[in-house]
Amino acid sequence: MVADAVIKTVNLKCAFGETTAVTNLNIEIRANEILGIIGPSNSGKTTFLRALNRLNYLNMSYRQSGDIIFEGKDIKQISDNILRKKIGIIFALPQVLPISIFENVAYGPKVHGVKDKSKTAEMVETALKKAYLWDEVKDRLEMSAMRLSGGQQQRLCIARTLAVEPDVILYDEPCSGLDPISTAKVEDAMRELKKDYTQILVTNNTKQAARVSERCGFFLMGDLVEIEETETMFTNPKDQRTDDYITGRFG
Amino acid sequence: MNAARVREKIAFTILGLITLLIVLPIILTIFYVVKNGAGAVSWEFISQSPRHGMREGGIFPAIIGTIVLIIGTMLFSLPLGILSAIYLVEYAKDNLFTRLIKLSVVNLSGIPSIVYGLFGFTLFVVFLNFGTSILAGSLTLAIMSLPVIITATKEALESVPFTYREISLSLGATKWQTIRYCVLPYSIPGILTGTVLSLSRAAGETAPILFTVAAFYLPRLPHSIFDQVMALPYHLYVISTQVPNMPAKLSFATGLVLIGLVFLMNLVSIILRAHYRKKKQW
Repeated sequence: MVADAVIKTVNLKCAFGETTAVTNLNIEIRANEILGIIGPSNSGKTTFLRALNRLNYLNMSYRQSGDIIFEGKDIKQISDNILRKKIGIIFALPQVLPISIFENVAYGPKVHGVKDKSKTAEMVETALKKAYLWDEVKDRLEMSAMRLSGGQQQRLCIARTLAVEPDVILYDEPCSGLDPISTAKVEDAMRELKKDYTQILVTNNTKQAARVSERCGFFLMGDLVEIEETETMFTNPKDQRTDDYITGRFG
Repeated sequence: MNAARVREKIAFTILGLITLLIVLPIILTIFYVVKNGAGAVSWEFISQSPRHGMREGGIFPAIIGTIVLIIGTMLFSLPLGILSAIYLVEYAKDNLFTRLIKLSVVNLSGIPSIVYGLFGFTLFVVFLNFGTSILAGSLTLAIMSLPVIITATKEALESVPFTYREISLSLGATKWQTIRYCVLPYSIPGILTGTVLSLSRAAGETAPILFTVAAFYLPRLPHSIFDQVMALPYHLYVISTQVPNMPAKLSFATGLVLIGLVFLMNLVSIILRAHYRKKKQW
């Protein structure tokens, strides 16, 4: 199991200024799995996620200790732009750039040096198809992405991340602003992507974690309380606090 | 009508009157200049050199001089101002040194233009030995324009939402790519506004060019950047105060041409702004 861990954290501690967000985290993420992360607000889920591609460092007060090993290498030795190319992220609110649908998806290939126009067009099409958005937008790729619906925008964000051709995709509560039908489409996309990508899904929606993930971790106050096969966690959790949270007794 | 609505009406009326009061002097100035100067503006006035102790002929060399100075100022102040603003906003760490620089920039915009003129004279004309020249004048005007350009660019950059930077960086773009593709395109309208405002002011300044470039009377066009030139604001000053029996309508006509030139610059910036707004789909 250790051998095929794509990402491994060793004694990871994260803090913003004086406020500790993640206390002491040791977790292993396996290739091609969908790992669900559940837990109440302020439990350190998002901080953990954003630590993996060093996005936390955009906040000047961020401090971190411990190691994160990605594909056998300490991420401190990987430059930010290479790391983020390999570990993409989908944010909680659909965040599209105020440019056309095509340009949004083509942004990644552009910054990674794809100059050939037909190659770019091909990458955009592939990414949009994988994100289940192609059929809805193929006739209006030049339209402003701002005019898409929230659900479409979120799938556009997934397509934009896919066009960068990452190995790992992080989802930070990707469906918190979406209606059930859009949510179902995003979840379908995640299941389909399982073949080629390792995915980590942070969610406030316990049911979503149960529906989509294969393994699930429960965070509470900066600690990983329990990590287990999703099936086991939702039927027979080891820790009383996990049981309380997933059955809705607190949190 | 209830009391609250009445109070609202009164407040709006006062606000409206105050706005009118501010616009009024501008309208009156332009009206006065047009009324007194428009009659003297002709093709000959714009396209010929002054004759007979500047009492006749046109102001062609002064127009060209001012245009050359605006271009020279732009060449120096745009890259310097915009690049340093990018550094201050995107790269510089927030420490005492950075704060000191930011404070100095703000304070520099409050320095009287004649002080810039003296500074330019000492540094460029005398010390660096550029002589009274287009180069020295442009550099002096550029230094005077820098604070406004830096401040405007800084504000334009800061108004770009942080999420754009976050998106770009999360997709593996480098910091410079993020600035180039995700920040600058959205701040260009703001940068343009500040720049044109600052260059308009530079075009109309007399004090900074007084010792550094402006010629009293030089009815030919410059051959190199080490030449002196006539310039509209200085020419206006000269013919209004130094030349006896000067027809007043020539002074007003010169002023009108200067206003027209500045207006033209603003027009170009408005068109450019509209163009960039249309390209970016908010």
